[in-house]
Amino acid sequence: MATVAFTPNIQRHVACPETEAEGDTVGEVLDRVFDGNPRARSYVLDDQGALRRHMIIFVDGIAITDRNKLSDPVGKQSRVFVFQALSGG
Amino acid sequence: MSDRLLVSTRKGLFTVSRRSGSWSVEAVDFLADNVSLALHDPRDGTLYAALDHGHFGVKLHRKTEHSWEEIAAPVYPPKPDGVEENDMWGRPLPWSTVRVWALVAGGGQEPGTIWCGTIPGGLFRSRDRGATWEMMRSLWDHPLRKQWMGGGADLPGLHSICVDPRNSDQVTVAVSTGGLWFTRDGGETWEQRGAGMRAEHVPPELTQDPIAQDVHCLAQCKSQPDRMWVQHHNGIFISDDAGRTFREITGVEPSAFGFGVVVHPTDPDTAWFVPEIKDEKRIPAGGKLVVTRTRDGGQSFDVLTKGLPQQHAYDIVYRHALALDPSGERLAIGSTTGGLWISEDQGDNWLCVSHTLPPIYAVQFAS
Repeated sequence: MATVAFTPNIQRHVACPETEAEGDTVGEVLDRVFDGNPRARSYVLDDQGALRRHMIIFVDGIAITDRNKLSDPVGKQSRVFVFQALSGG
Repeated sequence: MSDRLLVSTRKGLFTVSRRSGSWSVEAVDFLADNVSLALHDPRDGTLYAALDHGHFGVKLHRKTEHSWEEIAAPVYPPKPDGVEENDMWGRPLPWSTVRVWALVAGGGQEPGTIWCGTIPGGLFRSRDRGATWEMMRSLWDHPLRKQWMGGGADLPGLHSICVDPRNSDQVTVAVSTGGLWFTRDGGETWEQRGAGMRAEHVPPELTQDPIAQDVHCLAQCKSQPDRMWVQHHNGIFISDDAGRTFREITGVEPSAFGFGVVVHPTDPDTAWFVPEIKDEKRIPAGGKLVVTRTRDGGQSFDVLTKGLPQQHAYDIVYRHALALDPSGERLAIGSTTGGLWISEDQGDNWLCVSHTLPPIYAVQFAS
């Protein structure tokens, strides 16, 4: 199973502990994670299920390219990181 | 009269209360978070707050008793495959809540009903105090909706919702830009209203077109709901037939440009505005922050200044940052530069509560 870790900045709003999840794509893996943590879904994905603007996901150190369908492949031993940019004032 | 004021700011929700004759900050919720709007539901006392977490999206919270809880936020329906829709700038129009721009309690006979207007234009209704939301597909799917445009906010936004006190199924909403829209059947069907308004900023052939009107704020008199006031992008307009037709109020000094309007609950001829010079010069005229008040349906205006800064004041008061309490006696304005003023005498005199708050998006009196 892939390991999924979330940015520390999201933890202030909704707890997203590091977890393991099955799936062949980023979308499938995140679906499993959000099945067990439904509140977190809307913090990462928009109304259409696409990755929110300024959010970024790395799979084994490489940023995903399909931000809409989340079809980038995930291996059995992959590490998936969900991050965001920080900005504002 | 209301002794409590909800102040939604870029850095939290401030509750300001009146004690022993003076107003001060009593509580701060969501400190450091962007609170774009709050609602006090007078029917059951419930508080709602809309938070914009930026990267993490728009969320709604509800307070009952002493604690806040996150509740469902309005969610746009799945965009059908093959549907391509661009905004006026040629970019894909997001079918996703970008901002909560209106939160309004439903009618007195429908407890628990809440209306929510959003950017990019979706209107939502909850029948269960925000636990679930239903998008008004009847309005979103209206063929003319695709003619709505953004302006200052890039995307079109639904910012005003007026539920007719005589009949909760009759609801008028306002869009910037997209004019006024009215339903007589609780959202089953919608019709465009707002004939008589005039848009300066569009090609001449569109000037009178109701859908081209950039309504900044719509207010409906509670005791005489046929009377509506509009603060428009290029003027002030008044209606005596529930928004079917409007006439322009001219000769308003120092300016007829602004964002907000409130109307007295029992005197439809009394309304308040916060003027700025003009759309391309959004500052108070002469660096003097003033509130204008008419008591005669727009024939004349008082320029109210006592207690407001009259030198080097560049405060902007957004459309939801001018509030009137249910008695019609107390007013509040909150500004982009963190100024908060309250009047207890219909605007004749103003008290400065603070001039160091974060940028203020909205104020609302609560019981």
